[in-house]
Amino acid sequence: MSHVRRPAPKELQPVSFAFTPEYMEKAKKIIAKYPEGRQQSAVMPLLDLAQRQTEGNWVPTVAMDYIADMLDMPAIRVYEVATFYTMYNLAPVGKNFIQVCTTTPCWLRGSADVVETCKKELGIGIGETTEDGLFTMIEVECLGACVNAPMMQINDDFYEDLTADTTKAILDTLKKGEKPNVGPQSGRKGCEPIDGPKVLKAFCGCGAAPQDADASKGDA
Amino acid sequence: MQAKGTPDMLQDKDRIFTNLYGFQDFGLKGAQSRGNWDGTKGLIEKGRDWIIDEMKSSGMRGRGGAGFPTGLKWSFMPKESDGRPSYLVVNADEGEPGTCKDREIMRNDPHTLIEGCLLAGFAMNAHAGYIYIRGEFYHEASNLQIAIDQAYEAGLLGKNACGSGWDFDLYVHLGAGAYICGEETALIESLEGKKGQPRLKPPFPANAGLYGCPTTVNNVESIAAVPSILRRGGAWFSSFGRENNHGTKLFAISGHVEKPCTVEEAMSIPLRELIDKHCGGVRGGWDNLLAVIPGGSSVPLMPKDVCDNVLMDFDGLREVGSGLGTAAVIVMDKSTDIVYAIARLSEFYKHESCGQCTPCREGTGWMARIMARMVRGQATLDEIDMLWDVTKQVEGHTICALGDAAAWPIQGLIRHFRPEMERRIKEYRARIAA
Repeated sequence: MSHVRRPAPKELQPVSFAFTPEYMEKAKKIIAKYPEGRQQSAVMPLLDLAQRQTEGNWVPTVAMDYIADMLDMPAIRVYEVATFYTMYNLAPVGKNFIQVCTTTPCWLRGSADVVETCKKELGIGIGETTEDGLFTMIEVECLGACVNAPMMQINDDFYEDLTADTTKAILDTLKKGEKPNVGPQSGRKGCEPIDGPKVLKAFCGCGAAPQDADASKGDA
Repeated sequence: MQAKGTPDMLQDKDRIFTNLYGFQDFGLKGAQSRGNWDGTKGLIEKGRDWIIDEMKSSGMRGRGGAGFPTGLKWSFMPKESDGRPSYLVVNADEGEPGTCKDREIMRNDPHTLIEGCLLAGFAMNAHAGYIYIRGEFYHEASNLQIAIDQAYEAGLLGKNACGSGWDFDLYVHLGAGAYICGEETALIESLEGKKGQPRLKPPFPANAGLYGCPTTVNNVESIAAVPSILRRGGAWFSSFGRENNHGTKLFAISGHVEKPCTVEEAMSIPLRELIDKHCGGVRGGWDNLLAVIPGGSSVPLMPKDVCDNVLMDFDGLREVGSGLGTAAVIVMDKSTDIVYAIARLSEFYKHESCGQCTPCREGTGWMARIMARMVRGQATLDEIDMLWDVTKQVEGHTICALGDAAAWPIQGLIRHFRPEMERRIKEYRARIAA
């Protein structure tokens, strides 16, 4: 990556890290996905687990060392991976980690309004965290929801078809400690046209059955 | 040859992804009610050669962007193991700006992909498959994992999958925000737990891929279409689209259309028909169209006069100097700052360059910086030629295609919108002179 990503300064780094029994269970399940002797393949999912377990949603250097030991790989190889992939936060972020997509398809549909609204409502700039630690905002590259542009991701959730108003509404809900409705904010369900599916109507009329599964059930 | 499927729209009975919009259950019951997992054992019993021949006769070309014939790719895999296992790897690292089709398959119709993995895995002698999904698609990966768990529980995956006698395991692996991992060898590196930096080819993955073993990397849409193709026959699939450009295809239309959407259509559909019929037209009408990027950010844009008649397939778009890519159609109307639109893409490639090859690592930065000045007109006229020259220095001089992908949008801009770039430069110079 052409921008520099380095671990957080020493003052921020905790002195120890270990997976909790619950996370250790998950880690073992992940390692078992790969052939014997290929446990290094688990480094990315394990870094993700470490980030989820760590207060502030980030990966401290001790966690990288811990994972290196666990997977029997040199620590530098883990550092390389952690600094290469942008989804690993190398310093603590806010409780609500806002990633606004500003790549061309989102920009064409008004991502600049989304960025401006976040700045105005939260009083922070790009890459900054609010004083109460509730919000961090960054700009990201294409998140793959382009027909539902503009969009932003907050933690694991996509919020799509945004306007300045719906962006503000989402932030207001989060400020109250509540969870906004995930997905398109325009009333449509997914990637069908805004006024309803033009094709596949027989498959869209019945509306039955469970739709999006509860994320917490999926152990992806 | 006249494109079939025009003037009528593709009919629903010929659509593969019937739960594209997610109004029905994505799980096993819903999938079975839509015809998935029907007679899978029988398809496997027809044998490896039959499957590969059927895929070849379908005319399917890879749906991930490069358009390499899928059946042919599978035939490169060794028929007999030399002791090493073979692997199927599914590229679900969807990240090409404009592209959001695989996402819909994974969250709404995941069993099409899972059944396709079993069939493809069997055809290439693989007992294990890995689906590499971009890390941001947390809920998509979650749905897919639920569907995989259901398939295991029902005996459709695992030992003696579908009672076919073939053992097949399927795993989901999440990425962590690197566009470059959509390149197949970078994806393999990443899956091995390393930085996602592309490998030199040869050796090709079919000889030495994941863990040094024979590997085929296919796009989600390619694999998810396999069960339908095998059930209905290669001839059914090849009845859509022009010669050499067969099948149905997911198109994702974003940007300045009235109603952006993703839709499965016949290949070779005219671009204008796609936009008018499915998206309610260009915002402000067809005459308000400025340009279209027809296949994801990596392909050169097309000005309106090209868009008027072009057909949406591999050959049609190549003939006009662009490409089908991932069939992600980015529409821009006359209100668009076209120089900024492309400059933003340059910024994207600069951000996503893995840094391995010097022409790309340095060149993407140069291009992005010059483009940023071009937006303001803060340049000299001969710098347009210099910029063109830089794109040519990057193009074709890197291990993978990211360098090309960074160069082409700029080349498209200069080719079609040079007067606009010159106008900005002249106005800027007049302004500072005053």
